[in-house]
Amino acid sequence: MTLEAIDGRGDDARGRAEAADMPLAEPAFDIFAEARRQVEICNACRYCEGYCQVFPAITRQTAFASGDLTQLANLCHNCRGCYYACQYTAPHEFALNLPGVLSDIRSDSWSRFAWPTGFAGLFQRSGAGIALALVVALALLFAAIAALPGEGAGFYAWLGHNAMVAIFAPAFLFPIAALAIGIRRYWREVGGKPVVWRDLADAGAAVAQLRNLSGGQGQGCNFEEEERYSDQRRWLHQAVMYGFLLCFLSTCSATLYHYLFDWSAPYPWWTLPKLLGVPGGILLVVGTAGLGWLKTRADPALGSPANWNGEMAFILLLGLTGLTGLVLYAVTGTAAVGSILALHLGCVLALFLLTPYSKMAHGFYRMAALVRDAQVKSGRVPASSGQARR
Amino acid sequence: MGTSDRDDIAETFDVVVVGGGNAALCAAMEAAEAGRSVVLLEGAPKFYRGGNSRHTRNFRCMHRGALGPLIDDYLEDEFFDDLLKVTKGETDEGLARLVIRNSEQCLPWMQAHGVRFQKSLSGTLSLERTNAFFLGGGKALVNAYYATAEDLGVTIRYEAQVRHVGLEGRRFTHVDVDIAGQRFRIKGSTVVLAAGGFQSDIEWLARAWGPSARNFLIRGTPYNRGVVLKDMLDQGAVSVGDPTQCHAVAIDGRAPKFDGGIVTRLDCVPFSVVVNKHGDRFYDEGEDVWPKRYAIWGRLVAAQPDQVAYVIIDSRSLPLFMPSVYPPVAAETIEQLAKKLELDPDKVARTVREFNDSCRDGDFRPQQLDGLATEGLDPPKTNWARPIVEPPFYGYSLRPGVTFTYLGLKVDGEARATGADGPYENVWAAGEMIAGSILGQGYLAGFGMTIGTVFGRLAGKGAAAHDA
Ligand SMILES: Cc1cc2nc3c(=O)[nH]c(=O)nc-3n(C[C@H](O)[C@H](O)[C@H](O)COP(=O)(O)OP(=O)(O)OC[C@H]3O[C@@H](n4cnc5c(N)ncnc54)[C@H](O)[C@@H]3O)c2cc1C
Ligand code: HEM
Ligand code: SF4
Ligand code: SF4
Repeated sequence: MTLEAIDGRGDDARGRAEAADMPLAEPAFDIFAEARRQVEICNACRYCEGYCQVFPAITRQTAFASGDLTQLANLCHNCRGCYYACQYTAPHEFALNLPGVLSDIRSDSWSRFAWPTGFAGLFQRSGAGIALALVVALALLFAAIAALPGEGAGFYAWLGHNAMVAIFAPAFLFPIAALAIGIRRYWREVGGKPVVWRDLADAGAAVAQLRNLSGGQGQGCNFEEEERYSDQRRWLHQAVMYGFLLCFLSTCSATLYHYLFDWSAPYPWWTLPKLLGVPGGILLVVGTAGLGWLKTRADPALGSPANWNGEMAFILLLGLTGLTGLVLYAVTGTAAVGSILALHLGCVLALFLLTPYSKMAHGFYRMAALVRDAQVKSGRVPASSGQARR
Repeated sequence: MGTSDRDDIAETFDVVVVGGGNAALCAAMEAAEAGRSVVLLEGAPKFYRGGNSRHTRNFRCMHRGALGPLIDDYLEDEFFDDLLKVTKGETDEGLARLVIRNSEQCLPWMQAHGVRFQKSLSGTLSLERTNAFFLGGGKALVNAYYATAEDLGVTIRYEAQVRHVGLEGRRFTHVDVDIAGQRFRIKGSTVVLAAGGFQSDIEWLARAWGPSARNFLIRGTPYNRGVVLKDMLDQGAVSVGDPTQCHAVAIDGRAPKFDGGIVTRLDCVPFSVVVNKHGDRFYDEGEDVWPKRYAIWGRLVAAQPDQVAYVIIDSRSLPLFMPSVYPPVAAETIEQLAKKLELDPDKVARTVREFNDSCRDGDFRPQQLDGLATEGLDPPKTNWARPIVEPPFYGYSLRPGVTFTYLGLKVDGEARATGADGPYENVWAAGEMIAGSILGQGYLAGFGMTIGTVFGRLAGKGAAAHDA
């Protein structure tokens, strides 16, 4: 027998399977059927059990309703360990690509859950959409600064505090409400149960170390180095995440200063808004630059290639937000404050408003998935979502 | 090299390693670490690199006290006893004990060369003391070794099929190899042969076993076709192992011809009745727990007409075993199930009815030998004989799936291969290619990788220490 003959074996097996009235794969366009096929292969294999929480979750079940697959997809951190370790990836006829298919299900789920429905597809997928949203936000801010009178010192001389609140309070509260609706839809689909403290603590610990991107043993993921492990993505992500949280806390502390102590910006370097905001901004800029660079080096086919632009635009928007914030501090007291302020606030506005509809939503859904997994792990509730979507 | 259109490759290597699985990689790393120039010739393309090693999940390891993921103790004598049981004494005690003793220091060596271990997989608790599982399985191990070998400066060639090992008397001189379809001659001071068994050469298998072997499925790589083994035997190398035998287990009959790997196994036989294509039972399905019996079912199925059999269970048994890659064929009645399996419905229904009628009351305990046996049935089912009555009913087809062949090269305790006039001067061999000395029959889970690691390392060190 020749190797050519061997390579023709795919058709062979398929033919045999059909003869036995057992299609090997359901139609490829149905991502749930495809994910179910792959997950069932993994459940028969289990070699990847030590990489992440997805495989232990798989082994707790024997049948996978759509809700179960949605949960697995949002639990997956796309570390790609299970792709490079898999003996069944294409050209093998089993054609495993678990990170890829789970990525498709995940982004599809965010689109379905988004409120108002239908928005999300656009911004998840389209970098141009994000850029356009940014331009609109910038224009709005420049217009506001031009039209509205300043009141006070520092950047408030360009845009008054009340005007800022009038723009940003709704821009903050609306996405939160929209996300809450999305998360509730998610929770219903995966069969989530009432949350207890332990669930949150367990999920929080996983997020704090981004455990599921650690390769299971701290050696890292297989994102940009393929078969080799690298922990760069986890470190850079944590820079972004903690950087973002610091920036967020910085803004909160400034709000407190403003309302509780009647002390308004600009604040000197030793105050909380600066001590939190400057390192936060630096982490955000460094982290997003790094993540963006890694993204150019990784294989798009192991994620959702159709979303690559939208994801990259989200990274750039996040980085730009941090960068303009730092520049704003640097130009304090100069004539540039007005335009830099418009740039920074425009970025923040676009970022906030796009949160439920862009990759930015991932943190919320992933947190929900980790909480759900903690519930199941605790043994309090059954593993199954208890419902099929279709 | 590789771009030359001449026959010769100018470069000469200290060590030429033939094969690209676990044994070959261990040898290549050892030789490179000893400062030798090493070329590794892997017959498969890069994607399929690593032979059967890419399908493995663990290796068996002796240890005093906890070691890596392993708990308690697993000492030499117990290990050797386990080997004696499965081989029924068909083992070279000296070589076997050499492997067992050396396995303990392999684990940390493997870690130092990039392998990561994980705790025993769910559903395999019985192995947590004896077998260390690779994180991500054998492909991750192979990936780690290739990365380490590359870092050590080993020259790696894929799609490099060795056709001939050049020998002058007891001396190795060169290999002839087709690299991406073009013939080259590579010279070396020493050679390590680690190219696996011959199970993927179906015609050879059919000559050795009989024509029915054409219906066997091969669980692992299509690239282990015994070309190097045959070339060596033709030149007078001394062989070990039964040339007619292969290790075969019963796997899902719908599995691909090659490379289906672990997910095609079916663990439901103890909870089933198994019939052949005529609808007749032919063996005690409940003779022993499955890990002790799965290997004989390959032969049992191979002896049935058309080398196929059918497992039938009812809905109560479905949750009792690890799911397999393909969903079972399902039906509401035994007759319908038989029809879907293309069997005679009346005949199968009668066989199942006779089985059900011979079951008696008692406690069904799936996790242990429960002694729940049939009465007056031939052949009997001596454990887990619970009637098959709860629809839906499920069926799978079974075929023999070949893991490896036993025929190999004879080596000494330094992994040196032997020709008609005694040991070769500069030829070492390792892995599946020599395993027949130690595993004369049967198989001990995880021992293939142990043999490959120990002998691969010995071969690499021996070749590196050789003065040309
Ligand atoms: C499905 C499956 C699961 C298994 N699970 C386990 C397990 O969990 N634990 C365990 O210990 N054992 C397991 N085994 C057995 C184990 O795979 C073997 O014992 C082991 O891999 C042998 O290693 P090796 O390096 O000798 O051969 P292989 O890993 O098979 O490597 C042989 C290499 O030689 C190459 N080659 C062949 N011919 C040529 C040629 N002419 N020129 C150049 N290169 C050539 C092949 O491409 C291949 O790279 C399993 C086997 C199978 C099939
Ligand atoms: C619950 C908390 C969070 C979790 C579990 C989480 C998890 C992840 C994971 C697993 C990835 C990589 C896989 C993928 O691309 O989908 C990722 C990417 C990313 N995350 Fe987070 N994240 C969280 C919060 C945040 C926060 C708060 C930010 C910053 C605002 C952030 C910014 C990013 C960025 C910029 C990327 C890179 C996107 C890309 O490469 O396409 N994450 N996150
Ligand atoms: S990804 Fe591949 S190796 Fe990992 S569990 Fe799934 S089938 Fe097995
Ligand atoms: S990509 Fe990583 S996180 Fe996702 S399932 Fe695979 S191993 Fe788990």
